[in-house]
Amino acid sequence: MSEMLLMKGNEAMAEAAIRAGSEGYFAYPITPQSEVAEYMAREAPKHGTVFLQAESELAAINMLYGAAGAGFKVWTSSSSPGISLMQEGISYIAGAMLPCVIVNVNRGGPGLGTIQPSQGDYFQTVKGGGHGDYRLITLAPSTVQEIADYMSLAFDLAWKYRNPAMILMDGALGQMMEKVQFKPYTDPGRDFSWSTRGKKEDRESNFITSLFIKPEEMEQVNLQLQRTYREIEKNEVRYETYEIDDADLVFVAYGLSARIASKVMHILRNKGLKVGLVKPVTLWPYPYKILHDLADRVKGFFVMELNAGQMVEDVRLGVNGKKEVGFYGRMGGMIYSPEEVAEKVEAFARKIGM
Amino acid sequence: MGITVSLENMDKIYERPKTLKDQVMHYCPGCGHGVAHRLVMEIVAELGIQEKTIGIAPVGCSVFAYYYMDIDMQEAAHGRACAVATGVKRMMPDHYVFTYQGDGDLAAIGTNETIHACNRGENITIVFVNNAVYGMTGGQMAPTTLIGQITTTCPSGREQVANGYPIRMSELVAQLPGTTYVERVAVNTPARVRKAKKALTKAFKSQELKKGTSFIEIVSNCPSNWKMTPVESNKWLDENMLPYYPLGLYKDEISGE
Repeated sequence: MSEMLLMKGNEAMAEAAIRAGSEGYFAYPITPQSEVAEYMAREAPKHGTVFLQAESELAAINMLYGAAGAGFKVWTSSSSPGISLMQEGISYIAGAMLPCVIVNVNRGGPGLGTIQPSQGDYFQTVKGGGHGDYRLITLAPSTVQEIADYMSLAFDLAWKYRNPAMILMDGALGQMMEKVQFKPYTDPGRDFSWSTRGKKEDRESNFITSLFIKPEEMEQVNLQLQRTYREIEKNEVRYETYEIDDADLVFVAYGLSARIASKVMHILRNKGLKVGLVKPVTLWPYPYKILHDLADRVKGFFVMELNAGQMVEDVRLGVNGKKEVGFYGRMGGMIYSPEEVAEKVEAFARKIGM
Repeated sequence: MGITVSLENMDKIYERPKTLKDQVMHYCPGCGHGVAHRLVMEIVAELGIQEKTIGIAPVGCSVFAYYYMDIDMQEAAHGRACAVATGVKRMMPDHYVFTYQGDGDLAAIGTNETIHACNRGENITIVFVNNAVYGMTGGQMAPTTLIGQITTTCPSGREQVANGYPIRMSELVAQLPGTTYVERVAVNTPARVRKAKKALTKAFKSQELKKGTSFIEIVSNCPSNWKMTPVESNKWLDENMLPYYPLGLYKDEISGE
């Protein structure tokens, strides 16, 4: 374990990637995560890691494609508009089954939006974004410590399944300073025999592609992807629970909202309302089952998100109509206060007869 | 009555280089891609760099280049070959990395990636096949379509008022300080094929110097979409393409190195 450090989320992310043995980082500056590129520009050369500032996010994601296709442990980071620009490349990366890590430090949208924090890219991340049937392993940290921890996890999962992994966080987490400790990391070992490192005499040429013009072949590739996704859904669902044992009402929130939710819980428990929290760590695969199970014994669920209501759809899928699901959100870079949410939750609790 | 030819005591003086897979190509009869593919692969074989060469295929007619070239390859998204090549080369600076791109890929949708790779002086070779038309999608106007040239999206001929001017990429990238070697060649006569091979060899070898980007433009034909016989297309290329896209050396900062 490293010493306890005080670091900005964006810088902890970059440091964690270096410590996870990342070999290359390609990116284009965008607020609120430009510190990542600055940190990498300064620190990457000291560790023999490639750093390159691309001419656009479009170029950055395709540099990542090339480097990942050559079997290297590489990553990029950006924020919402930049991630939108990367969607083409992300679809190709998923289609070509390339392992890599992409970080989205979510800001308010749509359009150029605002540089303030938001969770408005949930749909884009877990329901698609680019074209075709693909999935991104998605991790959602809510503290600077988790940003550091999830970085190495994201690499390991990406390589385990040969699938891109995304860390979805928001501008507040990127900008906030908190204590962080970097855990010792050992690479579990990576097979890159499929990659393009130069054709050897004893094997056929390798090629990286997502093009299979015959529908029979393209369907097989899709079926293979779907098998991988089922494996990931079976093995990699992660979530944390807080005070759900005696809870009558369960919050579901991730990232920055999960932090605020824990404050709301405190306020409401002091008023005698028994509330708990489920914090999804993986947004895909989504922890449907815990919600499904809880629905049999709690009176209702309440979702808070910094968007118009995106993850709440997955909560409803998990709860499957068994209980009411309340929602409160703010958009455009605005952040709710715990007191503001507590009021909404109390109104919801009255509505469902609590 | 046929002629009987004995293969005994005959020397094989022309054969498939081992870097070219034993595959029937999908290219139309008379298309320049087959020659261009062969040249690039002959060079890889002759330089003995098959184990150290990574090719980047484009989107366009040569999208399946990896079915023919017996080297490790990556298929890039439309226009992004130079960015993909950058990613590969930066991770493996001692490998030979090249892109093989058509005019739509390199000079329309991928102009940004092309110019910035050249301007950074990425130590890669860009093989640019310019046939002034979109082949794979069925003959639409390309950025290099000539003024007056008829395509399916400029059915009465390209007009500069509506469509702008055909873009001269060799001239454009030659002025960037990141490029070290830029030459425009053609493959429509045996002499030009030999010259093209010389240029491509020099371009690949220049990667050893690690001094910048080498860019070879191959002015080529598209009999199917030009709606001509292969012979007519080669003549049309001479009469129409070459006056606007003059063959020759545009930049050489590597000779004598």
